[in-house]
Amino acid sequence: MCYLETNKMIFTILSNELIAKHVWRMRLAGAEGLPIRSGQFVEIAVPGQYLRRPISVCDYAEGVLTIIYKVVGVGTDAMSQWQAGQQVDMLVGLGNGYDLACAGERPLLIGGGVGVPPLYMLARVLREQGKQVRVILGFNTKDEVFYEEEFRALGCEVEVTTVDGSYGTKGFVTEARLDEGLRNPCSTYYYSCGPLPMLKAVIGHWGEQGEVSMEERMGCGFGACMGCSIQTKEGTKRVCKDGPVFKTQELKTL
Amino acid sequence: MNTTVSLSNIELRNPVIPASGTYGFGEEFAALYDLNVLGGISFKGTTREARYGNALPRIAECGGYGMLNAVGLQNPGVEHVVAHELPRLRELYNGVVLANVSGFSIDDYVYTCERMDKAPEVDIIEVNISCPNVHNGGMAFGTQPEAAAEVTRAVKAVTHKPVYMKLSPNVTDIVAIARACEEAGADGLCLINTILGMRIDIRRRRPVLANRYGGYSGPGVFPVALRMVNQVARAVQVPIIGCGGVEKAEDVVEMMMAGATAVEVGAANLVNPMACKEIVERLPCLMEELGIEKLTDIIGIVR
Repeated sequence: MCYLETNKMIFTILSNELIAKHVWRMRLAGAEGLPIRSGQFVEIAVPGQYLRRPISVCDYAEGVLTIIYKVVGVGTDAMSQWQAGQQVDMLVGLGNGYDLACAGERPLLIGGGVGVPPLYMLARVLREQGKQVRVILGFNTKDEVFYEEEFRALGCEVEVTTVDGSYGTKGFVTEARLDEGLRNPCSTYYYSCGPLPMLKAVIGHWGEQGEVSMEERMGCGFGACMGCSIQTKEGTKRVCKDGPVFKTQELKTL
Repeated sequence: MNTTVSLSNIELRNPVIPASGTYGFGEEFAALYDLNVLGGISFKGTTREARYGNALPRIAECGGYGMLNAVGLQNPGVEHVVAHELPRLRELYNGVVLANVSGFSIDDYVYTCERMDKAPEVDIIEVNISCPNVHNGGMAFGTQPEAAAEVTRAVKAVTHKPVYMKLSPNVTDIVAIARACEEAGADGLCLINTILGMRIDIRRRRPVLANRYGGYSGPGVFPVALRMVNQVARAVQVPIIGCGGVEKAEDVVEMMMAGATAVEVGAANLVNPMACKEIVERLPCLMEELGIEKLTDIIGIVR
């Protein structure tokens, strides 16, 4: 079976569980062999809501899709009520995904909050390529922390930071000590996903040799409505179709 | 089953046309299905100069009934569209192409329509005098009969292609504006554009949209669109393209019974990218169920 780049299909929920404060993990079974890459996202139809909800892909392997989402409104609240066995209508294979070619031998992954999930599949693929992967995971507080062990199980070096210091290193991701002594912006390539203020801080701290995954309120998620357009140094780009991952050099001052 | 319809002597293989602003220039959908199933395509609203559009967020959810958009006519400008987008669209699609044109002055409309008149890919010019999301233009021409007539006359003077005026529902009397366009020489009408709406984020105590207000579209507007199509159909002789909240074949038939000759599908494309294809495939079965042999037989049968 050969699949298109973007597919509208039905997945069946295997599990849907709370893994941290307001943060849920859903695993879904669907077709195998879909062209889903790390850094891409899916658009999920939520009964009773009009627009689909864009959620990043945490992992996809052997026909099982994992997403991690935070309950922030009526759509994600409805999703958190869904039970195993339920069918979900979604568009998959959306967005460009991370550029693995730039990783180098010791890539640095920096995630914040629900910006952490897409870095998981990236870390797994990079580890399978034999890279030494360092991961900084930033959260506000201890009860929001998730996936530290999962990244360690992939063989990544992991450091967790919390803004209030209740777990791991105190402060923002830029306070992490993981790369101390190693930091050389020209030789280290980073991948980051998280809230805009964090991305600003990341770019300020680690420089332009990296790429970041952006988040915007979307209409369609596949490039048709121009609802999520941003201005970059290379002109107007759709976060959903031309992104969500952008090279740091491409972005104007965030 | 005969699904063909005609707009100003231009034959469409069926009445289904993706609406401007929900379909780009077809490319994203051509990755999913063969565009040649469509009766027509109304491409992204084009202006004289390139426009980035409004600040973000531009989109708001309306709880199952539809959505708000305040994109603000983001487009690469008519020169780019004519030089790059239209040849590409023609490679993907051999049916009827509608050029959706917007402007901020009569001059703008005339300039852009002249360029579209010369573009061989364009069959029909759809003049948008109803965009609610830009200031000092767009909708301003669509809310006064005299202004709507003035744009119609000016555009008709520079093209031999059929001119369809796309009307705003944000008016007290859409029939007066429809009649003014018809009298000024419009070959047809397209209605409705989006209904001006608003959502407030009650936690942050501020509008969801950066533009404050935006155009409401989706199934919630269908009854309003249907009513306006019917009112206008009873008052004018020119063909009408019905638009607003259409998401299934049944809606297409209902729009046609209300008086539409062809039907645009808008927001539905954004939540179900297969919507137009599914409607086209379902139409013949539905016609059989309803005892309709030719779609043209039902146009305006409900007066």
